Amino acid sequence: MGKTMAEKILENKAGFPVKAGDLVIAPVDRAMGQDGTTPLAIQSFEEMKGERVFDPEKIILILDHNAPSPLESVSRLHDLMRNFSRKFGVQLMEIGEGVCHELMVSRGFVVPGDLVVGADSHTCTYGAIGAFSTGVGSTELAVVMLSGELWFKVPETIRLNLQGKLPAGVFSKDVILYLAGKLGADGATYQALEFHGPVIENLEVEERFTISNMAVEVGAKAGLMVPDEKAIKWVRERTNREFQPVFPDPDAQYSRVIDIDCSSLSPQVALPHQVDNVKPIEEVGEVPIQEAFLGTCTNGRLRDIEVAARILEGRKIHPEVRFIVAPASREIFLEAIKRGWVETIVLAGGVFVTPGCGPCVGTHQGVPGDGWNVISTANRNFKGRMGNAQSFIYLASPATVAASALEGKITDPRKYLR
Amino acid sequence: MIISGKALKYGDNIDTDVIIAARYLTSTDPAELARHCLESLDPTFSEKASSAILVAGKNFGCGSSREHAPLAIKASGAKAVIAASFARIFYRNAVNIGLPILESEEAAEKIKEGDQLEIDLDKGEIKDLTSGDTFQVNPFPPFLQEIIERGGLMNLVKERVKSH
Repeated sequence: MGKTMAEKILENKAGFPVKAGDLVIAPVDRAMGQDGTTPLAIQSFEEMKGERVFDPEKIILILDHNAPSPLESVSRLHDLMRNFSRKFGVQLMEIGEGVCHELMVSRGFVVPGDLVVGADSHTCTYGAIGAFSTGVGSTELAVVMLSGELWFKVPETIRLNLQGKLPAGVFSKDVILYLAGKLGADGATYQALEFHGPVIENLEVEERFTISNMAVEVGAKAGLMVPDEKAIKWVRERTNREFQPVFPDPDAQYSRVIDIDCSSLSPQVALPHQVDNVKPIEEVGEVPIQEAFLGTCTNGRLRDIEVAARILEGRKIHPEVRFIVAPASREIFLEAIKRGWVETIVLAGGVFVTPGCGPCVGTHQGVPGDGWNVISTANRNFKGRMGNAQSFIYLASPATVAASALEGKITDPRKYLR
Repeated sequence: MIISGKALKYGDNIDTDVIIAARYLTSTDPAELARHCLESLDPTFSEKASSAILVAGKNFGCGSSREHAPLAIKASGAKAVIAASFARIFYRNAVNIGLPILESEEAAEKIKEGDQLEIDLDKGEIKDLTSGDTFQVNPFPPFLQEIIERGGLMNLVKERVKSH
């Protein structure tokens, strides 16, 4: 009987044959922690009397959620992480380097076939390059830093075949929002997703991350894609580490197989306060907005900034809208500066903040006011997510966010992209 | 072990941002987390939590991986969470820090706000003393049972590291 990517990667790591439903203890290839979750992990590590980490090369700590620090209490937590990093020789990415999930892939820490855990739910992002990566809690991160291994339940897999060709003005974000609406917020709980089909094959690698990133929004443990030539080339440009890509067997057993034709998809919007509350833009109606945000581990990459710059070029953002941009990494920020896109966006009235999570996690850099509607390229619109439970978050693609910032209301971007 | 408390009912998809907002993650102090637990959903939660058992719908704890979410509930004094289903990271985190969680669609549906509940964790049984109903809970896999019996993942690992 054939096996899925999730089964094959976990089997390789466990060292014995496994199938969906089995519980295994497996060594991890990389472990990641960010500044929201790592302080608790360090406390647990100390409570376990950890005297060394299993392998300093395989642990990456990243300051991105509150960067630069907005509060003295956060500064203390950052220092706790810096001291831990010095003491154990663990790598630490300072404030302004970027969002953890972008750095893990763009700096070449993750390769196809890896088993990666991160103390952040969107660790599933690296599935786009064929790694089994999943979010864990702080205690689990502590245990991994100490022992190098963790328990996993081998998940069943839902196979999604994305057929057809995306129309102009429709992006990978629209695809995953549509799927979130279709599957529901718990539609894949404790399962893995495998994304297949021509829509995925035709996407650039950076666009694929957007889809895998949001696998957790339907409850999935991982969001895997076949590491094709494009993905393998992308990874080889970033690391010299050897790897063996893992592919699903043609006769793999899936819990469900879903075929979706994406050829007539419209731009999609997730309405407050749930990610699966999705409508095509034609059905959203008149929604004035007071804040627009472009960035995050979902959509803060070069192409995302590019499409916003194209839409905003020579125009002015609506006077009632605060438009905030957080590039996903320092490299992306620099490249966007070189290509003139930062200038275009700033001239249009946009505001750039430090590469990192920006206002997505609700601690700083753009907390919305009472009653505000926010349109955002992020992955979550839960009540209070951006720091004010009296605001309303709509999720959409970078193009939709930029077009909406221009008009001061949720706007179909296609008229600006002809 | 027997746990008893009064049912506090909540809906589906209670996410971790609602359980504890990110702006409170600047503290790892359980008492501080407890003060803000579920505040945007139910501003009076922290006052009534100490004798409560939370009863929620499906996908409880969806969203962020923040372990502060089960920690905040545990620190609030709430005794356990019963839900129709749990999101996977929350489920793991709750087991790892020793917050009792019980999955039962039937219990989540039939228990009413304010009902007096009694949970037998060893038997996996929930008794609704107000209505007289008894619900059987999906048991933990043996591996998780072991973590729970040792009082959390850290204790298990401490023993493993010691025996190496």
